[in-house]
Amino acid sequence: MVPVSYYLILAAILFTIGMASFLVKRNVISVFMSIELMLNAVNLTFVAFSHMWHQVSGQIFVFFVMVVAAAEAAVGLAIIIALFRARQTLSIDQVDLMKN
Amino acid sequence: MQLALFTIFGLLAVVAAINMLAQKHPINSALSLVVVMMSLAVLYFSLGAEFLAAAQVVVYSGAVMVLFVFVIMLLNAGEEEQTEGSRVAAIAGFPGAAAVLCLLTFLFLREKKNLGYVHAGAALSGVISNITEISHQLFTSLLLPFEVTSILVLVAILGAVVLARKEL
Repeated sequence: MVPVSYYLILAAILFTIGMASFLVKRNVISVFMSIELMLNAVNLTFVAFSHMWHQVSGQIFVFFVMVVAAAEAAVGLAIIIALFRARQTLSIDQVDLMKN
Repeated sequence: MQLALFTIFGLLAVVAAINMLAQKHPINSALSLVVVMMSLAVLYFSLGAEFLAAAQVVVYSGAVMVLFVFVIMLLNAGEEEQTEGSRVAAIAGFPGAAAVLCLLTFLFLREKKNLGYVHAGAALSGVISNITEISHQLFTSLLLPFEVTSILVLVAILGAVVLARKEL
């Protein structure tokens, strides 16, 4: 028997690592991967709560999150490819078109 | 048994996530992320979500991460150069993240009794199988959102094809 709170704490740790990675990384692809890590951490809380309440709706939510994440990954990586073609760089410091 | 499973794969997930944060080359980060997703699939299984465990392996580790690795290799991404990040992130980001983590951990530990315990095996009461229940919900009351996701994926594919064309 494991307390549900342990799973929630694990998800919080993973989410925090994802957030820190989002702030630290200077590579667009790495930043994108940290977003995936955060999505996964949230999925874990959904499944834990679904288990706790004996309801299936949390798992259905995770299913929809997975679909949206897959679509987002396809579009985001295509944007990264287009960006790389235009700028020849993957560093987010040099992609500051919207700044100022 | 369940505690051992949770400890092993939880630790594996955290270690791989930290490794993902520490690695400089994106391909190493991607491979660490695959380890995180695989261990999360085992944790889903231990929570009684068999369908999601399979979907995690197929969709995330199978499709999404392969796409990531493919793009990293296609763009020939090298090690990221160390530059100074934004000052707001350096000053407020990490203490803020640590504070949020501490707050959440404190809350979850305080509410440990109310949140209950995870039992191995059957998770949902009064249903034959988890997958039966999910598919029943998905094809009756949630049919419209389910069909909308198919449109979403179709639009995403078209968008990716248009964006990744040679002549933009």
